[in-house]
Amino acid sequence: MSRQSIELSTLDNTAVDLAAIGQSVLASGPEIIIIIAASVVLMLSLVPHPRQDQLLAGVSIFMILLAAGMSYALSDYTLSDNTKTAYAGMFVIDGFSTFFKVILYLGTILTVLMSASYFRNNGLNNNEQRKEGVVQGEYYALLLFALAGGMIMVSSTDLLLIYIGLELQALSIYVLTGFLKADTRSNEAALKYIILGAFSSGIFLYGMSLFYGLTGTTNLNDMTTALLTLDLSDPMLILATLFMLVGLLFKVGAVPFHMWVPDIYQGAPSPITAYMSVVPKAAAFAILIRIFMLDLAALQPIWLLNVAAISVLTMAMGSFVALVQTNIKRMLAYSSIAHAGFLLLGLVAGGEAGIASIMLYLLVYAFMTIGIFAVIILLNKGITAGEPIEDFSGLATNHPALAFMSLLFLFSLAGIPPTGGFFAKFYVLVALVDQGQIMLAVLAVLLSAVAAWFYIRIIMLMYVQPPALQSKVRSEIQLNLPIRTVLLVATIGTLLTGLLPAWFLALVAASMPLGLG
Amino acid sequence: MPIDFLPVFLMVAVVIMLAAFILTVSRLLRSDNPYPEKNRPYECGIDHVGEASAGLFKVQYFVIAILFVVFDVETMFLFPWAVVLADLGLFGYIEMVIFIVMLLVGFIYAWIKGALEWEA
Repeated sequence: MSRQSIELSTLDNTAVDLAAIGQSVLASGPEIIIIIAASVVLMLSLVPHPRQDQLLAGVSIFMILLAAGMSYALSDYTLSDNTKTAYAGMFVIDGFSTFFKVILYLGTILTVLMSASYFRNNGLNNNEQRKEGVVQGEYYALLLFALAGGMIMVSSTDLLLIYIGLELQALSIYVLTGFLKADTRSNEAALKYIILGAFSSGIFLYGMSLFYGLTGTTNLNDMTTALLTLDLSDPMLILATLFMLVGLLFKVGAVPFHMWVPDIYQGAPSPITAYMSVVPKAAAFAILIRIFMLDLAALQPIWLLNVAAISVLTMAMGSFVALVQTNIKRMLAYSSIAHAGFLLLGLVAGGEAGIASIMLYLLVYAFMTIGIFAVIILLNKGITAGEPIEDFSGLATNHPALAFMSLLFLFSLAGIPPTGGFFAKFYVLVALVDQGQIMLAVLAVLLSAVAAWFYIRIIMLMYVQPPALQSKVRSEIQLNLPIRTVLLVATIGTLLTGLLPAWFLALVAASMPLGLG
Repeated sequence: MPIDFLPVFLMVAVVIMLAAFILTVSRLLRSDNPYPEKNRPYECGIDHVGEASAGLFKVQYFVIAILFVVFDVETMFLFPWAVVLADLGLFGYIEMVIFIVMLLVGFIYAWIKGALEWEA
């Protein structure tokens, strides 16, 4: 619905602009499909079915693919009033949101595929667990709700809608984190996540309310014009900007707002950890970009130095602390903190190059993270056994193919060519150097050299160490079709982004929002 | 700009004064006769020597409270909608049906999961 028609309909008070509403419904079609899918999955989970897990996973994947198809169709489609906005300018279906939705779909589908293996490996499929209420239906429904929240986040151009998406996603993930009801670690992680998540949402919301007070609108486009008349040295505006920034930095797990990340990554079920490090992170970066680099780019002088300092601190903290971790999930949590720091450098670089580098980085990051978590799920020997790094020792002798794929993911995470991770980091650095931030770029390279050490440590374990005395357990690694698909997709993605980086960068550039200042 | 918020401040002031007024007046007027049973927290008619006094609350209270919130919000939406339904026409009707169907999904889920049973 366009702005004029809203005013019209408030004037005569009775007219409901059916055409505009139809357009809005069409524009938000993918979100509607996902929410219907979540409801259907929730209802199906109540009906006993011999192969319920496969059924629910199948329905979820089918509906996500349907939504992806709809997003693809909408990406070239202009709504009747020649704009790409809907719901009175609150919702947009530009290339930027479509690109992020692709990452969200990808992350969710791969998570769904991994989940079956995880729950089977941990014996969560037997009747005893069912009696305790650990069943799969809510799991898939919550994943879909979280996906819907993320999609709303990346598509919204209104602070209120962003907040609703954020909460829909966060609330679903809180529950998913504590999904292993019998496991105390999982419960503890969920509780910590709820408390800190609510705290960060509160800060974010406070920043929003200050912005609303200063500009008189929650719409980001209207805010852009309102900001032109505001004084950037106004302490209220600085406070508002910093609150909103801090709220979002909490969500991406940047230092000093990272304390929740390791505990929660370790406690959550492994597929959910993979999901958490891909989907909410991508969505949070999408709003960071949309708010701070596109619509409210005028605020840059306020946050530039802060974000530069935070990104260096984040990389340093993530890289150094990861060196001493003995739990693979905890190590990857710190690695994800380090990656968040690197991504924030793209924010510092700014401009089209900065945005493009963040977008490419997130795509590559999705592939390599999901890939390494799929390997962790395969090596997992039950919830109570934990996930020691030694699980990887001697993997090359028993499962050479699996070890090779892990090698690729770890190389990519470390940023070693010819994998995608190298080019992801490379483009961020190029964008930085173009802006004359040589010092930051040098620091970033040095810190990723530190980070490379702990990835290479795992590779050493796999290829140099003899297998641990667990040959019986080793042979139990079950490579079923879903997890094979996940590994294949992740490997191909990691390799292709490394071999054809220019093609992917062009793809990112094509989905760049127009009219960039 | 701050003058725009004057009604809000007035509202806050009136609320505080009214609360203080009511508490003071009732303090002056009421008969004061406390005894242990009277001072106990009110427990919805459940015998207060039960497990609640040992520090344990029945989790059912929590479930009922959550369900109550959901349907309370539904009613909050239904009242203003009912007032303007004639103006909204068929479209408004369909929109509310969609809303209620979504709530219904949650209701069916809660029902089948046994959230409405009061298990002792």
